[in-house]
Amino acid sequence: MKYVDEYRKKDLILSVAEKLSSASKKEIVLMEVCGGHTMAIHRFGLTALLPPTIHLISGPGCPVCVSSQHFIDTAMAYSKIPDVIITTYGDLIRVPGSETSLEKERANGSNIRIVYSVLESLEIARKNPDKSVIFLGIGFETTAPLTAAAIIQAEKDKIPNFFVLSAHKVMPPVMKALVEEGVKIDGFIAPGHVSAITGTSIYNELVTVCGLGVVVSGFEPVDMMQAILMLVNQIESGVPAVEVQYQRVVHSQGNVIAQKILSDVFDLRDDTWRGLGVIPRSGLKLAEKYASFDAERKFSVEVPESTEPKGCICGSILRGLKTPLDCGLFGKKCTPSNPVGACMVSGEGTCGTYFKYRS
Amino acid sequence: MCLAIPAKVISVDEFTALVTIEDVEYTASLLLLSDVHPGDYIMLHAGFAIEKVDAEEAEETMRLLLEMEKHRPE
Repeated sequence: MKYVDEYRKKDLILSVAEKLSSASKKEIVLMEVCGGHTMAIHRFGLTALLPPTIHLISGPGCPVCVSSQHFIDTAMAYSKIPDVIITTYGDLIRVPGSETSLEKERANGSNIRIVYSVLESLEIARKNPDKSVIFLGIGFETTAPLTAAAIIQAEKDKIPNFFVLSAHKVMPPVMKALVEEGVKIDGFIAPGHVSAITGTSIYNELVTVCGLGVVVSGFEPVDMMQAILMLVNQIESGVPAVEVQYQRVVHSQGNVIAQKILSDVFDLRDDTWRGLGVIPRSGLKLAEKYASFDAERKFSVEVPESTEPKGCICGSILRGLKTPLDCGLFGKKCTPSNPVGACMVSGEGTCGTYFKYRS
Repeated sequence: MCLAIPAKVISVDEFTALVTIEDVEYTASLLLLSDVHPGDYIMLHAGFAIEKVDAEEAEETMRLLLEMEKHRPE
């Protein structure tokens, strides 16, 4: 596949690896923020190619993993309302809530449908005017504009039975929160497709306030090795900056149309991240103008107090403090077919990735 | 979750583009991207074209990488 195969060539990967070995002197910790990056690192075995001075830790960039228990429990409560159809991206339905999961509720007769795109959800609403269709909106700046576009379309086409339960989140506040909390990080490998939308200026504060370098990276092995080399060069020269490795997709100003749609439809709010707690202005809620599409305003449900699964260390894993191998449940009580925590559910969750590619 | 894949644009409608990924055809939404033409590559994410792939930038990155490879010690 063009723009994929050439970034997987062994010789190229190895030549960047050699460059890295000679460039890297200091012992450093780099956080790959995005679950897609975690997956690529393990899938292609990149850690084996890094010099011993470079340590990679996984961050909180897996939307399914960081969605709060309360969000899952709310979705579950919605699914029990008569004449409601829940639509969701696939991963989410297996996440254990406090008592059950959407998958189990579906088996019990709730109308829960998996969609590839939010536009399918809109189509379901169009075809079922006597039902309320609630889309579970998860994802960061890459995915939130899609939900926003669907809401604008619903307004334009006068589809009054389409609603969104938003757990959409934004990336920079959580990255800053981790640094402020004292997690040892010397630089960030930042998600390429977030910056495809936002551009690169969202990370300026990490450089100016926290003194850390950020390199926006693509998702193929050559991309990631090059991004790591760029961070090493920054750190060795003592000049942190925001740089883009993923030049073929990311422009410094980002996708202006998507930014406009995003800021029209959503406002920032304080939001709860699983395992990390409440982070100020890190979540997206529907703006007043689009209140009629907001599931939270339309449906009031009783949600029991959320409980985190016993023994699960997802929170520490999402902060880069522990790896799945530190967890007593990993690979025993907690597996992809029977996940205890959210990090095992998603294909790009750190635990799911470790389980799949463990040797 | 925020994975996007490169897809080649075959034809463009008002709000959608017909794209192919390998040999699979898909109708991508253009609600978030303008100025898309047949022959372009777009990044497809959950049904939407979210950005174009810049052919010149891709070539430049590849040129630098190949340069690095050329100077690799035998």
